[in-house]
Amino acid sequence: MSLAKLSVSVLAVAAVSATAAVAQSRDNVQVAGSSTVLPYASIVAEAFGENFDFPTPVVESGGSSTGLRRFCEGVGENTIDIANSSRSIRESEIATCAENGVTDIIEVRFGYDGIVFASDINGPSFAFTQSDWYLALAANLPVDGAMVPNPNTSWDQVRADLPAQDIAAYIPGTRHGTREVFDENVILQGCEDSGAMAAMMEMGMDEDAAEEACMELRADGVSTDIDGDYTETLARITANPEGIGVFGLAFYENNTDRLQVATMAGVEPTVANIASGTYPVSRPLFFYIKAAHIGVIPGLKEYASFFVSDDIAGPFGPLAAYGLVADPELAEVQATVANEVTMGGM
Amino acid sequence: MTDATASQPPVRSLFAEDARTRRRNRAEARFRAYGFAAVVIGILALIMLLISILSNGLSSFRQTYVTFPVDLAEARLDPQGNRNPEEMAAVTTFGYLPVMAMAFIEHVEALGIEHDLSPQEMAAMISGEAPAQLRAMVLENPSLVGQTVTLEMLVNGRIDGYFKGRVTMASAERDNNVTPGQLVLAQALADAGAMETRFNWSFVTAPDASGQRPEAAGLGVAIIGSFYMMLVVLALALPIGVAASIYLEEFAPKNRLTDIIEVNISNLAAVPSIVFGILGLAIFINFAGLPQSAPIVGGLVLTLMTLPTIIIATRASLRAVPPSIREAALGVGASKMQSVFHHVLPLAAPGILTGTIIGLAQALGETAPLLLIGMVAFVREYPAAPLDGLFDPASALPVQVYNWTQRSDPAFVERASGAIIVLLVFLVFMNALAILLRRRFERRW
Repeated sequence: MSLAKLSVSVLAVAAVSATAAVAQSRDNVQVAGSSTVLPYASIVAEAFGENFDFPTPVVESGGSSTGLRRFCEGVGENTIDIANSSRSIRESEIATCAENGVTDIIEVRFGYDGIVFASDINGPSFAFTQSDWYLALAANLPVDGAMVPNPNTSWDQVRADLPAQDIAAYIPGTRHGTREVFDENVILQGCEDSGAMAAMMEMGMDEDAAEEACMELRADGVSTDIDGDYTETLARITANPEGIGVFGLAFYENNTDRLQVATMAGVEPTVANIASGTYPVSRPLFFYIKAAHIGVIPGLKEYASFFVSDDIAGPFGPLAAYGLVADPELAEVQATVANEVTMGGM
Repeated sequence: MTDATASQPPVRSLFAEDARTRRRNRAEARFRAYGFAAVVIGILALIMLLISILSNGLSSFRQTYVTFPVDLAEARLDPQGNRNPEEMAAVTTFGYLPVMAMAFIEHVEALGIEHDLSPQEMAAMISGEAPAQLRAMVLENPSLVGQTVTLEMLVNGRIDGYFKGRVTMASAERDNNVTPGQLVLAQALADAGAMETRFNWSFVTAPDASGQRPEAAGLGVAIIGSFYMMLVVLALALPIGVAASIYLEEFAPKNRLTDIIEVNISNLAAVPSIVFGILGLAIFINFAGLPQSAPIVGGLVLTLMTLPTIIIATRASLRAVPPSIREAALGVGASKMQSVFHHVLPLAAPGILTGTIIGLAQALGETAPLLLIGMVAFVREYPAAPLDGLFDPASALPVQVYNWTQRSDPAFVERASGAIIVLLVFLVFMNALAILLRRRFERRW
């Protein structure tokens, strides 16, 4: 009988405490989103927890799209307060947000991230242009007025100056915000630069169709989509020293003893070159704040202001030390957060 | 009967094998060899796994510390001079950093160690965690301001890696985050006795740390989170599972409905665990409004996942109790319920406990369902004591392994393997407990 009594009492306790929890309010900031932003956000969260009386925010990763989807699920304590994103929010996502009652969104751009092309430190060094990458990875290339499957298998076939090494590219999967930047700033740009786009339009394609054909990547095993994180890309390159991987600058900076970086269009990916915009493949990093939660979730606004403060996101702060390229217009961003300027109000 | 003797097979000795016997013996020898090979392959795989984890991870239980005196100057740490912690909180960790760095540089000078490092390079040798620790210490005990205290602080992960063999002079040459000069100074400090590598309890007790401070990252929050989840699973899955099994096995009529339930329980046991995560997100967070990243939700999800395992194990052990025991109890006038609770259940208890512990061990190693309910996260605050703590954010042991394998700093590889060792120790302990209980209480008929 005692077992029966025990089980009943345990269930009762569980039920009571579960109802108590619904009444209990959340006192920590809840953040989710881009795995590129995660290391920065966790550095800020850590420092925030150390220096303020608020609890340390909880930061989840999962990708920009996942983060924004959860952000747009609605307003309330069981939804997240901040979505980290390595791309700006899409119109369709704003619409979904609005449908679910998330109308006031504060967009905060806190810095730039360079996307670098790196290979094994013991291999030959590379100096790429965007058209090299397009010619190496496109599914079909226009040849004499017809689209033919990409015949290139080694880099010297793409351009004679490049080392005679088999093409093996590890690029971010479509789940990542990084992929969008790669597609637009590298592949599409390369398609235009190499004259392939003009050739396709001559063949009678309209601009949209040509762009689509440009960004279609080969699926014959030469290029591999990495859906995991940069650590997986690094493991692939360790396993296959001929591979070339796409990394975030911060990741490369942490692994300079194993990777060497390639130049893109003659520009080296340094913090200075990315900040000035001469390095072509970089993108801004964002986080989005649910304005309706400010004042409800303790510490939310303080966390956001702390994130973009000069101590943290400035050129000499810990984020820059980790590999973030500080935003030259940080003062404006700070004002946006301080005045809670929402996206519609801009 | 001459005919019969003529048709008799030729007489042969039992000691001489004929072709058929030899063939059968060979087949048996082959089968034994296959079986032995299978066991060897299994053991080799286990040994390889253990070697790779232990060789990578054991070093995470040791950590390098540097000891030096710090002058806690009032001008910097308590400009108002009131020793009021609220006023002193205005000095952030960025204010404590130079205090630490200067003290460290002076100490190196006092030891008479020659070097040509810049102050920035020197400051970078101490962990980013150190100023935060010092600040917490001073705010807790404001009277320390104005005194000189001798502190033992973590050193940067790269320097620590040098003492563990992960970072070498050659790799430091290429590494943007450490210079050979820093390693030379670290070696000199170690020779002078100011820097030492020793056992590191804080790996098990400290919370997670950000990507810049691998040396400070620990498993504290993850262990508490896993423990809370196991509490919830035990408190819910055991009574529910046992009650369901007893009803199905002893009381329920055998009809189509119970057949369907039985088939479904077996099917549920094989459902991929991520499905329970989706269910948990929909029901416990979106519908019931339970908090995200909380062990209570993780525990509830894992309860759903563990229930079928416990029900199947419990029913098997109830069935193993001989019917004569039930009949004897009923024969002396016990009610059905008395026969179950006084006689059948105590005899089935060892089997039920074993099934429960194995179910718990399975739940302990699960990450997939926790992804969707927000427990795969960077959590630094320790959850409070139960029951309130069940609703605070926490992470879990396998989640910590997953998180650390994604970090860019190579020092986290060591951390992740260390976390796997801790997880394995827990699993071995739980399985040993299951075997022990079974041995101790098992009855044979």
